[in-house]
Amino acid sequence: MRRLLALIPTLLFASLIVFATVRMIPGDVIDMMLSQNDLAADKLSREQLVQALGLDKPMAEQYLIWIAGILRGDFGRSLWQSTPVLELVLQRLPVTFELGLIALAVGLVIALPIGVYSAVRQDTVGDFVARSFSILLLAVPSFWMGTMVMVFPSIWWGWSPEVNYVKFGDDPIQNLKQMIVPAIVLGASLSAITMRMTRTMMLEVLRQDYIRTARAKGLNQGLVIMRHALRNALIPVVTLVGLQAPLLIGGAIIIEQIFVIPGMGLLLLDAVNQRDYPIITGVFLTVGLAVMLINLMVDLSYGLLDPRVRTR
Amino acid sequence: MTAIEQANAALDQEERRHPALQFLGRLFREKPFGAAAGVLFLIFVFAGLFADVLAPYGFNEINPIQRLKAPSWAHLFGTDNLGRDLFSRCLYGARLSVIIGFSAAFLATVISVLIGALTGYIGGRFDLITQRFVDAYMSFPELVILIAVVSVVGPGMPQIIGVLSLAFGIAGSRIIRGAVVSVREHMYVHASQSIGASTSRILWRHILPNIMPPIIVLFTTRVGAVILVESGLSFLGLGVPPPAPTWGGLLSGSGRTYMFQGPWLALAPGLCLTVVVYATNVFGDALRDLLDPRMRGSR
Repeated sequence: MRRLLALIPTLLFASLIVFATVRMIPGDVIDMMLSQNDLAADKLSREQLVQALGLDKPMAEQYLIWIAGILRGDFGRSLWQSTPVLELVLQRLPVTFELGLIALAVGLVIALPIGVYSAVRQDTVGDFVARSFSILLLAVPSFWMGTMVMVFPSIWWGWSPEVNYVKFGDDPIQNLKQMIVPAIVLGASLSAITMRMTRTMMLEVLRQDYIRTARAKGLNQGLVIMRHALRNALIPVVTLVGLQAPLLIGGAIIIEQIFVIPGMGLLLLDAVNQRDYPIITGVFLTVGLAVMLINLMVDLSYGLLDPRVRTR
Repeated sequence: MTAIEQANAALDQEERRHPALQFLGRLFREKPFGAAAGVLFLIFVFAGLFADVLAPYGFNEINPIQRLKAPSWAHLFGTDNLGRDLFSRCLYGARLSVIIGFSAAFLATVISVLIGALTGYIGGRFDLITQRFVDAYMSFPELVILIAVVSVVGPGMPQIIGVLSLAFGIAGSRIIRGAVVSVREHMYVHASQSIGASTSRILWRHILPNIMPPIIVLFTTRVGAVILVESGLSFLGLGVPPPAPTWGGLLSGSGRTYMFQGPWLALAPGLCLTVVVYATNVFGDALRDLLDPRMRGSR
């Protein structure tokens, strides 16, 4: 409960950040919007546009109107399509969520075994190779990896990732086939940090007395590592997964653009190209809320993972 | 001469050298891998600064006869769909990365130090409110904030530098604040408080010199991060607009259309980017281990 109350000021600041960033549109941008978008010039006059953006009122009033709308679930309407922003966002959110979830799973599948191996074989050649690999993954930009996945397999084997999006509900297998390649690209860059963290935590846990006890009573190595060491080492790793949520969503934006996946990222980029500010604001805010929610869930999941936290 | 005398003489000699030289010696001895990365990083800076001397062609020199040529001695990285030399374009790209990377990382570090030092030292309600603000700020992905801001201010070099330094500056303030909080309770700070030194004097004379290690490390790692994020923005067409040959920009746009005919177009800019960011990260890690052992393993 206290955790929820602490969220209130953060939410307030988050809304202020979104508001201040997008609402400080200078006047010449409005002229540019009108000249760039023929459709807009036909449909809206300058005054109408200013009014649609809510820029004709004083700043504080604008904020209050906007925040009251958000609380009622009204995120405004797209400037050019007049579709409610909330509807657009809700359409796209599950797509990005799916991509992020698969990427997270891929990241963990890569990171955990290598991290554990690296810790158990500390300072061996294998450990050194694994660590260098993880620092390298950290440096490879995901958009470059994505571009190469698009280009090289098609030149060498005539194979390229699917880019015609199919909804999960329509054809789950086709949908997963499409998602898995971008998810691997996204997951690979995430796994680097998790790998390092797993290694560090495992090293710390492996030095504990209870590990020595477990070994002394003759348990085999695998059991000690899986049941005694990894379970304890994983707790900080879970926090890290929470901290990675912004990275995951940020990465998804670029990946969606490369693999043409109609998620939040593509929605945002299209909106930026068309200068559709209500959509930009909506996506911006939704992404922030999603990250906060994920972090809240991570905090709460501590109790499940670590009984010591529950009793406190 | 006895062994002890010899050791003492060696120590004397060590001490007589300039501290910076001593540090360099330690870097090469204890972190040879990090030192190699540092050298690689210097080569990148050098290539960027002297791009116009080193580049065999201009970055926008169009040569229709040499369209989409594979890498050769005349064109080390090949040519693009307009016959422009990719090696030269990557060199000029390095220049843009150096300019943006260093200036944004510098400004970001200044912002981090300002916020971090003030909130960490003054504390109280001011600190609490600022920290909630930073909390809220950190729950937005950097890229989303940057895209939203660029959608308002428009793409361009000065805007990108400003936006990147603000974004990274706020995020980095946490690290500086942590360092200040631990320095604040030291005896020498209490001593100068008790003789009535002003806050600004304490911050400037006592706190700042003692948080230099994390500041240097923060700056180094920021250079790599800024370069990476800037290339992401340019890749999305929201960074420095063409014809400026940013590494991210080279990987998108018309380059992407012709990558199937000329796969080297997809290879070279990304490789430059990876090598530079890799070198910066390894170098930053080595610096951190030497300068600031407490931060080890924190990333």
